[in-house]
Amino acid sequence: MASRHFYEYLIAALMMVALVLASLFVGVSNFSVIDLINGESQAWHVLWVSRIPRLLAIILAGAALSVAGLIMQQITQNRFSSPSTVGTIDAAMLGYVLGLVWLGSDSGLGLLSFIFAFAVGGTFLFVKFIQRLRFKSAVLVPLIGIMYGNVISSLTTFVAYKHDLVQSMSAWTTANFGSVLLGSYETLYLAIPVCVLAYVYANQFSAASVGESFAKNIGLDFQKIVFVGVMLLAISSASVVMIVGVIPFLGLIVPNVVSLFLGDNMKRNLPWTAACGALLVLVCDIIARVVIFPYEMPISLIISIVGGLVFIFLVLRDRANG
Amino acid sequence: MADSIKIAILALGCALVIFLFIGQGLTVENYQFFLSLRLPKVLAIVLAAVAISVSSLVFQTLTNNRILTPSILGFDSLYMMLQALLVVVLGSTHAWVANPLINFVLSTVAMMGFALGLFYFYFKKQGHNLFTLMLIGIICGSLFKAVADFLSMVIDPNEYAAVQDAMFASFNNVNADLVYWSLIPLGLCVVVLLALAPKLDVMWLGSDQATSLGIDTPKLTRQVMALVTLMVSVSTALVGPVLFFGLIAVSLTRQLFRSYHHRILMLASSVLAVLLLVSGQWFVEKVLGFETTISVIINLVGGSYFLLLLMRQRVS
Repeated sequence: MASRHFYEYLIAALMMVALVLASLFVGVSNFSVIDLINGESQAWHVLWVSRIPRLLAIILAGAALSVAGLIMQQITQNRFSSPSTVGTIDAAMLGYVLGLVWLGSDSGLGLLSFIFAFAVGGTFLFVKFIQRLRFKSAVLVPLIGIMYGNVISSLTTFVAYKHDLVQSMSAWTTANFGSVLLGSYETLYLAIPVCVLAYVYANQFSAASVGESFAKNIGLDFQKIVFVGVMLLAISSASVVMIVGVIPFLGLIVPNVVSLFLGDNMKRNLPWTAACGALLVLVCDIIARVVIFPYEMPISLIISIVGGLVFIFLVLRDRANG
Repeated sequence: MADSIKIAILALGCALVIFLFIGQGLTVENYQFFLSLRLPKVLAIVLAAVAISVSSLVFQTLTNNRILTPSILGFDSLYMMLQALLVVVLGSTHAWVANPLINFVLSTVAMMGFALGLFYFYFKKQGHNLFTLMLIGIICGSLFKAVADFLSMVIDPNEYAAVQDAMFASFNNVNADLVYWSLIPLGLCVVVLLALAPKLDVMWLGSDQATSLGIDTPKLTRQVMALVTLMVSVSTALVGPVLFFGLIAVSLTRQLFRSYHHRILMLASSVLAVLLLVSGQWFVEKVLGFETTISVIINLVGGSYFLLLLMRQRVS
């Protein structure tokens, strides 16, 4: 038994290493391992300034959004909720646009806290709304969430239209790792404390996902758990929106696919969710880079297509199960 | 108050707003120029209002619900994607983009194809949850939007202007010829729906009851669905996407009118929709001074209204 698991881990690790290497060596500026061994400064420069930051950004963003989706699903008690289906991302975008209009683009920390505040506010509003609704049709929650997101993004469009930012806005919303360079992605490191904290709180989130009364019965403060969850997922969503852009469906499909294979134990699933999220983004990013080489496709396009199809599959499967 | 009086009052309101819209600042010297601009615009608004409200009404009858409208199903994103795709592939000067009539027909056909495919899928599997259909429609919508976003990044900023006009429901860049052309399909749709109205009255009782009362429900569903998609496609191609407008118009109509007769309801919702849309456009032009587009306002108001409806109804 143990050896079987060992092989699974080994295969997963090997795949990860292969993809990491592929990600490092795919790109317009061509260099090989031999160049690196020979100590060519140009090759090392590209590796250090562009490729490694890009790789780290991909891994951090993928893990952050997937874990955020997992948390969201626990605290709303719904399989289909995730930052992009409950308005968190749209609220963050609104914060981003308003922040750019009022603060300008150079105030990094101010902008981040602005986005973060909007993401927290928007998510809380939705969570409260869902808690008041008290019906648990699995499909209805994402439906309402997407509508809610539409309302928020029409506000964003209102602001963007007024300041003639519509085209720039669609460039920001489209996730792109191509612009990630050394010194521009470090905010994404926020994903690491978020994932650690999510792991620490995992059992409490699991309890909350059973229901408010159950959580209270075993002596937990339900509203506090929800609060912690919203904070964590807002931090990771806000940092990803600011640095990378909108990666749709990621937080939705990764936790669902992981739990298809591993069941519903959050503490066990969380590391896998983070790893699979990073892996999926890595694969999609490599595809995005090679499809129309030497140009790049926005990764959100590829994730949208993959994610949309998986989402439809999950919805139909859910119906088949009753 | 009798329904006919209510309709008369609404119609009077419509006439008043339209008169205000057309007649403002009109003098003997300038009336030719102003009228040539304002008449197609008002006509486009009226056509869009009628098409959207009537199609939403009969769609709700067919699917037996009060919160769904056909335009939620990703039409607007498909339309945007189509426009962006045409500009990217052919350039903004190609006949398929620059000639409004050809572009119009193309967009309409593509949207109808998509919607009929989706509805076919839904109605083939009886007993499918309506929310599932909606969710799938929305997911397809976001898929289309992703492609449209990608394309709009690739487009030359000068050419992007051609796409941006199409992306927001705006009655300011209505093509006059197109408005008169679209009168024909929309008029035909309304006439056929009026003829089908008695059957729709029965349909509102529910599919099972309608079948036992002698209605061929699958056939009626197919006919009406085809008409609904045609109307939504034409209105989207004519004035751009207006996502939540049908929902507002039909819900208000059902609040105001207790009748179940589709002839009355169709007339009432059309008049109400015209009143709302013309005064909305007037508000955007005169009060907000073109600071925004009417689609943004409709999304904002209509979306909030949709959430409110869901909260009040406690749908199961």
